[in-house]
Amino acid sequence: MRRFDAIRVIVDCLGDEFVVACNGMINRELFAIGDRERNFYMLGSMGLASAIGLGVALAKPDSKVVVLAGDGNVLMSLGTLATIGKASPRNLVHVVLDNECHESTGGQETATSVAKLDVVAGACGFRCSERVDSLESLKRVLVASLSLDGSSFIHVKVERGRADVPRVSIDPLEMRDRFMKELASV
Amino acid sequence: MGVPCSTLGSIINFLSEAGEFEYVPATREDEAIGIAAGAYMGGKTPAVLMQNSGLGVSVNALASLVLLYKLPMLLIVSWRGYKGEDASEHLSMGEFLPGLLRVMNVSTTVLSEEGVEGEVRDSVQLMKERGIPVVQVLRRGVVR
Repeated sequence: MRRFDAIRVIVDCLGDEFVVACNGMINRELFAIGDRERNFYMLGSMGLASAIGLGVALAKPDSKVVVLAGDGNVLMSLGTLATIGKASPRNLVHVVLDNECHESTGGQETATSVAKLDVVAGACGFRCSERVDSLESLKRVLVASLSLDGSSFIHVKVERGRADVPRVSIDPLEMRDRFMKELASV
Repeated sequence: MGVPCSTLGSIINFLSEAGEFEYVPATREDEAIGIAAGAYMGGKTPAVLMQNSGLGVSVNALASLVLLYKLPMLLIVSWRGYKGEDASEHLSMGEFLPGLLRVMNVSTTVLSEEGVEGEVRDSVQLMKERGIPVVQVLRRGVVR
């Protein structure tokens, strides 16, 4: 499964959810596939996508928040999975697109060829944690997670490889303002 | 949200027990800043509590998240190693603290025992009016 195709499936499943996307190729590919006012693209602060998503989820308990992160981002703040388990938001769907490498910086290996992130998330107290290996199973698990009352973790194993897409071109303050305006409307 | 320090213990215990606040325990200080960033965008007024050792951990979260997107939040940072009077592991960061805050150009108040209430009120007002993060440095014994 290519990451670009996985993100496309995710975008196709989205309705009015808020999305926090991590820095690097994931936010670039998301931006290229379908920009939305409810997308927040984390440009720097690598490792903090899960934490930002948790903050939004706790502030807006009646809206669904989807975190899109890579294996590098999640490994950098593995402890955040425990923080999420303890905080137990009922509205957070945490997706990790795991290609076992830092694609954005040239494909250096990460530890996820060994470390099983879905098992870690489950052990940290996510209500539901599943690993998916195909676009069909990703769609099925994501649709179920979006209607789950509780936190869920979807571990998506993807191939190495990046789409030829530009950087996110929205000004950070404009991105903040439009995201906040959407959040204030719910 | 925050990570405990003995200097902040009584504040965190109060926040955890008082019904009007929601305290989220974090594993690392930069994670607490990330949670605060999300909470702010969701309409909350976040405060992050940490030891000054955690400010070192948080430099990039401040630079490439809080300052990049201009996200107001209150950072309450204990000052271990103040005047070189502390356990050895706190001395270097205690010495670096004022310079570190100055270099990052964040609005900083060192709280005093006599004026703490007014100083906190002024910082919060500054944060809200100007939409900026503000740091309050807390020495041992100022708040009990």
